[in-house]
Amino acid sequence: MTNVKVNSVAKTYGTTPVLADITTEFADGSFTSLLGPSGSGKTTLLRIIAGFIKPDQGLVMIGNNDVTDVPVWGRNIGMMFQSYALFPHMTIAQNVAFGLERRGIRGAEARRQVDRALEMVRLPGFGDRTPKQLSGGQQQRVALARAIVIKPSVLLLDEPLSALDRRLRQEMQVELLRIQRESGLTTIFVTHDQEEALTLSDKVAILDKGRIVQIGEPETVYEKPLTRFSAEFLGDSNFLTGAVEDGAVRLADGSLIKSTSILPATGSTVTLAIRPEKMAIASGSTAENSIKARITTVIYAGPVLSYHLETADGLPLKLFAQNRDGTVLKEGDEISLTWSAQHTVAVAD
Amino acid sequence: MRNDQLTLAPARGPSGPRNGRALPPWVSTTALLMPTYGWLTIAVFLPLLTMFAFSFLSATPMGKAPIVFTLKQYRAFFDQPYLVGIGITSLLIGFWTTLICAILGFLAAVALVRSTFGKTREMLLILILLPFWTNGLVRVFSWTMVLRENGFLDSLLHMVAPDAGSIGFLYTRYAIVVGLVHGYLPYMILTCYIALVTIDDAIIEAAASLGARWWTILFKILLPLAAPGLISGAVLTFVPVIGSFMEPRILGGRVGVTMGTVIEDQFTQAFNWPLGASLSFTLLAVVLAIFATFSGVLRRGTAA
Ligand SMILES: Nc1ncnc2c1ncn2[C@@H]1O[C@H](COP(=O)(O)OP(=O)(O)OP(=O)(O)O)[C@@H](O)[C@H]1O
Ligand SMILES: [Mg+2]
Repeated sequence: MTNVKVNSVAKTYGTTPVLADITTEFADGSFTSLLGPSGSGKTTLLRIIAGFIKPDQGLVMIGNNDVTDVPVWGRNIGMMFQSYALFPHMTIAQNVAFGLERRGIRGAEARRQVDRALEMVRLPGFGDRTPKQLSGGQQQRVALARAIVIKPSVLLLDEPLSALDRRLRQEMQVELLRIQRESGLTTIFVTHDQEEALTLSDKVAILDKGRIVQIGEPETVYEKPLTRFSAEFLGDSNFLTGAVEDGAVRLADGSLIKSTSILPATGSTVTLAIRPEKMAIASGSTAENSIKARITTVIYAGPVLSYHLETADGLPLKLFAQNRDGTVLKEGDEISLTWSAQHTVAVAD
Repeated sequence: MRNDQLTLAPARGPSGPRNGRALPPWVSTTALLMPTYGWLTIAVFLPLLTMFAFSFLSATPMGKAPIVFTLKQYRAFFDQPYLVGIGITSLLIGFWTTLICAILGFLAAVALVRSTFGKTREMLLILILLPFWTNGLVRVFSWTMVLRENGFLDSLLHMVAPDAGSIGFLYTRYAIVVGLVHGYLPYMILTCYIALVTIDDAIIEAAASLGARWWTILFKILLPLAAPGLISGAVLTFVPVIGSFMEPRILGGRVGVTMGTVIEDQFTQAFNWPLGASLSFTLLAVVLAIFATFSGVLRRGTAA
C-alpha cells in the first residue's frame, strides 16, 4: 500500500500564501496530473511531497508512514526533472545504479537490475555511454530508468517532457504511460499541457492560487467542471448567467435555459457553462436549449471550424463545428445555436 | 575566412587595377596575430630565452671575468648534494600547501555555492579576495605577530589556559605552510567556486531523491564535478609556492631555506645569475615532469 496523502498542507513565502490548506489523496498505483496556471503552486506541492520543502503546517503520508519530518533521502521517492539532471561524470549504468548503491545493492544484482531498467525504457546496451553521448529524449529515458529502478514508493515528475519537441514528447507520453502501468507506481505528474493531463491521467487535479479547485477523473473534470475556473482552464467554455426560476435559468434576454445540474434556490443567480463543441447550429428541430447569435469571426482549421459569436446582449460565445459538408458560414450571419440540458453545467464562480 | 574577404575586398572594388595583386591569406593572418605574438615574445619568451642562455654561462656577464659556455651550472645538484635536500623540502612544502589549500578551498567553495545567496555571497567573495589586495609583505609579517612566542596565538591560548606553555610555532616549516596557504587559498576557492556554480541544482536534488546523504553528495557528486577547478587551482598554487622565497625567509627563519630562497640568493647576494637560472630551469623541469605524471594518472583514471 503506497498511496500518498497530504493533510491540510500549507506553505507561505513571506506574506504570500503559496499553498492554502491542501488535503487530498493519491491512490495506490494511480496516475494523477497536477494542472494549473503558472504560479498556482504545483511545483511547491510536488516538492513538499518529495521533501525538498517543509510545509508550514500539515502532514505528508507515504503509505502508512508520516514522512513530514523525514528528509528527502529517507523518503524512497523517484523523481524526474525538466533538465534530466543526469550525473555528467558517470556512465549511464552508473547513473542508474546510483540509487541501488545507496540501498546497498551492488555487483551482479545491481547490474541485473540496471539492465532490466534500461530495457524497460528501451535503451538496452546503452550502459557504457556517457550522458553527453545521448539525445535529449534518450537522456530523459535514462532519468526515468534511474528513478524507477529503486522501486520508489511514489514517482514525482515536474514537467519532465516540456523540454522535448512535440513529436518526441508524444512518444515519451506513450512510454511513460506504459512504464507506469507496468510498474504500478503511484505517480504524480505536474504539467502545463491540458491535453497531456487528459490523455495520461487517471485523475486530474486543477490548482488555482494554492488550492485544489477540483480533482477527479479526466471525463468528470472536463464534462462536469465544478467552478468557472476549471471550466475555463481545462478546455474552452461558454458562460451564461441568469436567475433560477421553475428549475431552469432565466437569462437577461428572457429565454429560459434548462440544465440537468442541481440548481440553487429559486431567485438566486447562477452561472452555466457549455462547451463550444456541445453546441450546434439549429436546423429545424432544436434541442432543449437555444440562443440566437451573430458570427463575428470565422476560424477555418481544416477538420474543425470555430466561430466566435455575439448575442444581441453583447455576450461573446464560441462554437466548434465539425467540417462535415464543407459549408462555411460567414461573418455577420445570424444563426440559432442549440444544445441539450445535459451539457449545461451549473458552476460556482 | 573573414580575414581573407576583408583583405581581398579592395581588389574587386573600383580601384581594382591599381592594387590588382591581392594579398595571400597568410599575410593578413600573420598581420593580425603580430601584436599578440609580438607582445608574448617581448614580455615572456625573450626574458626566458635570455635566462636560458645565461644558465649555460660560467659567470654573470657583467664583470670582467672571461665568459665561457659550460654545462657545469646544471651539475649543481651533484656538486652540492645539500641542494637535493632543499629541493625535496620545497616540493614537500609545495605538496602540503597545495593539499591544505585544496581541502579548505573546496570546502569553502562548496559552502559558498550551496548555502549563500545574492548579496551575502558577493560579500563573502570580496572577503575571500581581500588577501589579493593586501601587500604580500604585510600579510606575511602579520603572521609573525600571530605565531611568535607570546604572540596572538599564545594570548588566545592563555586566555583559556593561563598556565599553558607556548604553542607559537614561528620559524618552523609549519609556519611557512600557514603563510603560503593564506596567500594562495583564494586561487583555489575561486577555481573551485567557478567549477561548482555551474552544477545544476537539480543534479544534487536528484542525488538526494535517490537516497544520497550529504557526504555521498559531497564525495560522489560535488568532488568529481569540481575536479577541473581543483586541478587548475592546484597548478596555480603548486608552481608559485615551490618558487616562493618571501614566506620561507620571514616565517621560516633558520629552517626557511628552500629552492626559492636559494635561487633568489644567487641573483641578489651571490651575483651568480647562471646558477640561479640553471636552478630555476631544473625546478621547472621537475614541475613539468610531476604534472606530466599526474595528467597521465588522471587520464587513465577517467578512462577506466
Ligand atoms: N523560494 C521561494 N520564495 C518565494 N516565493 C516562492 C518560492 N518558490 C515559489 N514561490 C512562489 O510560489 C508560487 C508558486 O510557485 P510554484 O513554483 O509552486 O508554481 P507552479 O505552479 O509550479 O508554476 P509554474 O507552472 O510556473 O512552474 C509562485 O508565486 C512563486 O513566485
Ligand atoms: Mg513549476
